[in-house]
Amino acid sequence: MGEAIVITSGKGGVGKTTTTANIGAGLAKLGKKVALIDADIGLRNLDVVMGLENRIVYDLVDVIEGFAKLKHALIKDKRFENLYLLPAAQTRDKTAVSPEQMRELVTQMKEEFDYVLIDSPAGIEQGFKNAVAGADKALVVATPEVSSVRDADRIIGLLEAQEKHHPFLIINRIRASMVKKGDMMDIDDMIEILAIELLGVVPEDEAIVVSTNRGEPLVLNLQSRAGEAYRNIVRRLEGEEVPMMKLEDESGFLYRLRKIMGLKG
Amino acid sequence: MFDLFAKVFGRDDASKEVAKERLRLVLVHDRASLSPQALENLKNDLLKVISEYMDIDDQGFRVDFSRHDESMALVANIPIRSVKRKSL
Repeated sequence: MGEAIVITSGKGGVGKTTTTANIGAGLAKLGKKVALIDADIGLRNLDVVMGLENRIVYDLVDVIEGFAKLKHALIKDKRFENLYLLPAAQTRDKTAVSPEQMRELVTQMKEEFDYVLIDSPAGIEQGFKNAVAGADKALVVATPEVSSVRDADRIIGLLEAQEKHHPFLIINRIRASMVKKGDMMDIDDMIEILAIELLGVVPEDEAIVVSTNRGEPLVLNLQSRAGEAYRNIVRRLEGEEVPMMKLEDESGFLYRLRKIMGLKG
Repeated sequence: MFDLFAKVFGRDDASKEVAKERLRLVLVHDRASLSPQALENLKNDLLKVISEYMDIDDQGFRVDFSRHDESMALVANIPIRSVKRKSL
């Protein structure tokens, strides 16, 4: 029996989809059998981030309505044969699926996969309720900005009200140079405010844009700091104790020098 | 030049402190699901009830949430002008 994990945030654009793609690819790289579900019906994106947009035949709604079998709708990843994507429907909306149907589908998928990762849409409405319905665990992605932290707090409140979810925090897009100047909240500030367990910290990294352009998860890139951060998150999910990565000032001379020389940060 | 000065001596106006303070206040309201308007109504109701027992300074009357670690308290500061003599 596998584990279902929802990746959520409340606010849009903080990196849910990128996080889902990278954790999924990272777990698959460790040999786990992984399924990713894009629960953002009507605004699907996990397919493009994974570089699988040309392979879609059936989608989540087709499976739930019984129009397609799950095994026919799952798209096998290009790089890992134990990684699959169940894409969202693009021409439907969130009301096409109910939380009960999602719970049923996720339970069924947990029989076959070690991990089922569910990429939640932004917001706290039905799309969010659908995404969390079948999840055993929740990862809340937040950037160090007031709007994101506020929405994350709201989401944590909603998750804790359901009790069965144990939310973990992923701090995304943190910039060491701004933290150093006192112009960005640091890790301790965010943990103090949100009061949940920290799973990982991902530094701002231009390589994310490049990897999304290409449709290749960054977790496979051994040069990138963000890639390393995702690999650490994956190892923590697997129960390993991994110390938090030291944030490096990306505007610092040494960092740039090492980057130019192509050394791992 | 000012930036350098500010860096060396540390800044009191570091914007993250502003962010934290604003978040602290907004989250207290979000978590208590009390809007500023609701808090104002609560204050007015309290004022009405307490005024039956004593003469209070409604200008100095403050009601706010106060947080200590994990617990939250509603703190009212009510300056008293005079206590009414029992009429019975």
